[in-house]
Amino acid sequence: MNARADILDRIRSALRDAPAVPEVPRDYRRASELGEEELIELLTDRLLDYKANVFVEEAAAVPQRLAVLLEGTGRYAVPHGLDQALFAEADAHDAGSGRRVTDGPGHRLSVDELDGIDAVVTGSAVAVAETGTIILDAGPDQGRRVISLVPDRHICIVSAGDITAILPEALRRLDGTRPQTWISGPSATSDIELERVEGVHGPRTLDVVIVRG
Amino acid sequence: MSGTFLGMPSLPVFGIGNLHEHEPFPKAARRELGNPQLRANLGHATRTIRDKRLAVVSELPDWEELREAGRAIKESVMARLPELLEEFEANFTARGGTIHWARDAGEANRIVAALIRDQGATEVVKVKSMATQEIGLNEYLEEQGIAAFETDLAELIVQLDHDKPSHILVPAIHKNRSQVRDIFLREMEGVDPELTNEPARLAAAARAHLRRKFLSAKVAVSGANFALADSGTLAVVESEGNGRMCLTLPETLITVMGVEKLLPGWEDLEVFMQLLPRSSTGERMNPYTSLWTGVTADDGPQNVHLVLLDNGRSAALADEMGRSALHCIRCSACMNVCPVYERTGGHAYGSTYPGPIGAILSPLLTGITAEENNSLPYASSLCGACYDACPVKINIPDILVHLRGEDVDSKRDKRGKRGRERLPSQMDLGMKAASWALSSGKNLGLVEKALPLGRLAAGPDRKITKLPGIAAGWTQSRDIPAPPGQTFRQWWDKEHQAPAAGPGAGAAPAAGTEAPGPKENP
Ligand code: SF4
Repeated sequence: MNARADILDRIRSALRDAPAVPEVPRDYRRASELGEEELIELLTDRLLDYKANVFVEEAAAVPQRLAVLLEGTGRYAVPHGLDQALFAEADAHDAGSGRRVTDGPGHRLSVDELDGIDAVVTGSAVAVAETGTIILDAGPDQGRRVISLVPDRHICIVSAGDITAILPEALRRLDGTRPQTWISGPSATSDIELERVEGVHGPRTLDVVIVRG
Repeated sequence: MSGTFLGMPSLPVFGIGNLHEHEPFPKAARRELGNPQLRANLGHATRTIRDKRLAVVSELPDWEELREAGRAIKESVMARLPELLEEFEANFTARGGTIHWARDAGEANRIVAALIRDQGATEVVKVKSMATQEIGLNEYLEEQGIAAFETDLAELIVQLDHDKPSHILVPAIHKNRSQVRDIFLREMEGVDPELTNEPARLAAAARAHLRRKFLSAKVAVSGANFALADSGTLAVVESEGNGRMCLTLPETLITVMGVEKLLPGWEDLEVFMQLLPRSSTGERMNPYTSLWTGVTADDGPQNVHLVLLDNGRSAALADEMGRSALHCIRCSACMNVCPVYERTGGHAYGSTYPGPIGAILSPLLTGITAEENNSLPYASSLCGACYDACPVKINIPDILVHLRGEDVDSKRDKRGKRGRERLPSQMDLGMKAASWALSSGKNLGLVEKALPLGRLAAGPDRKITKLPGIAAGWTQSRDIPAPPGQTFRQWWDKEHQAPAAGPGAGAAPAAGTEAPGPKENP
């Protein structure tokens, strides 16, 4: 018998007492009633706790914020689906120095190219305020998983409308079959004497720009 | 297809690999207890994580509801395992992944090695996985000329030091920062000789050491925390980003996962991703979670494999009392609350799975008759703290007691086979004697007359360190004080004799040594 048939057979045999399939009680919280300001406040609090940097901005002020964040940075990557107008201010400061590198169907950045890039700017699919989690699902404004991984700094834009209070609400807005990365703060380890160190292999700096309205 | 099992019931087939004690628990525990560094580090670690866990768990108003949902989901997964496995396989395969089935550790190791050789690779990067540790994959690959690099910081420390993990969550907790620096200086190529023992500096050294490996690796090997049957999705939960590196950069990804890790669907993930991080690291959420479903064009590995591992899980499933041990999501909460684990550490358990869960899971996977593991169910005081902490409500104390019973029965059976007639064991005789002694006050009084003998046995330090026969098990891990010169009942008699018998005696009526009965009533 092949291994598959063998294993399934063993499992069926193990279950010959035909154990009952219990009803799953789902009386945990599945919805919440927080308003936008409360959600922003909660998400900000959680992200700061993880040692991320948080900036809450009106939509019109985002290009200015990005320009400030990118000041002094070398080259930075952006996914092709991210609104290029967001970089108008940064470009003005640059005077066309071409620090911005776009990853898209026409041009895939190689791992080595990404390794030579200082930062990445992406959007996000949804966020969970209660746990300080931002979820990327490789949408066009977020790009392939690798671009938000290799550069040492991740600047992530979160629209206030994409913030949910609790995890079940967030997952209901997602398609589980898309490649996903859930991010709760910069990479961290507590492996040496339980002392938390931010920044190991993933981006060591996480800047979150929350956009109101 | 699911359906009832109609074939011949097969005998359970147990697991092999790193599931065994190398020596009985009491012996290993005695040695580990002699290591003061280990005890101090472990005490600090378990206390810290315990407090963090309590704080974040008490934040959630619906923690108990989540636990109950988690328990029910896992129970339904076990009851429907064959059909869910088939559903998962169909979805994972439809999305471009390849499934391999492995009956035991040896088969899984051979599959993984062959897949690596297919890629012409001689090294792989690995993200922390208990399943691959259970099957001894690294050792096997080494024999085959393939180098496996652990990338989790703690696993890297342990691997560089040729040591074994002592805790499933913080595997290098038995080492302090200076020991880590010394290991790095000794074992890491090109490390800065000025390296200090600051954790941030040490983490940076690990980052530099592994970066080239990540960026150039062709093949990665991972475990999985969850697998969703209705979509074929896999999930890995981590902190450092080494998981993301392994799951995203190489062309080929090989995941090894026990068959019990399945969840029915997307909706169930919301329960477990609330239970796991809070129970595990005591965080509201772990820094990174990655989900992938087969192959995604242009994004991540294009050659995606999953090895589904039995290795004794079907045998554990056949134990009706013990099967819920398979619900475990490896959070380590039960270890951090366990008074035995806090003192002995993970090494004393021998197996990949230490602590309370290991004490039931290891013997369930290998069979309780495996000599090496039959002392594990006794490595507990049955205080119940593990049950209270477990996010999926596995009743570990109940299963421990059940396995102790199995152990005693299996030993009795062995004796029975040897002699023509089954001789009563010491335990049987002891129980008989106790039932006679406790059946009436008079009998008990007679037994109590023998107490001074015990004082004799204790000697001048008034401690008994070795009891004979089966009672020796009791004194293996503790001393017992010498019995007092008189029993409570003897003392009572003396104190409550007629007033003349002694000063201070009250006016209480004399009481006999008989058990309370109708005739005593005035
Ligand atoms: S038995 Fe429960 S508490 Fe222990 S590791 Fe498994 S899930 Fe966690």
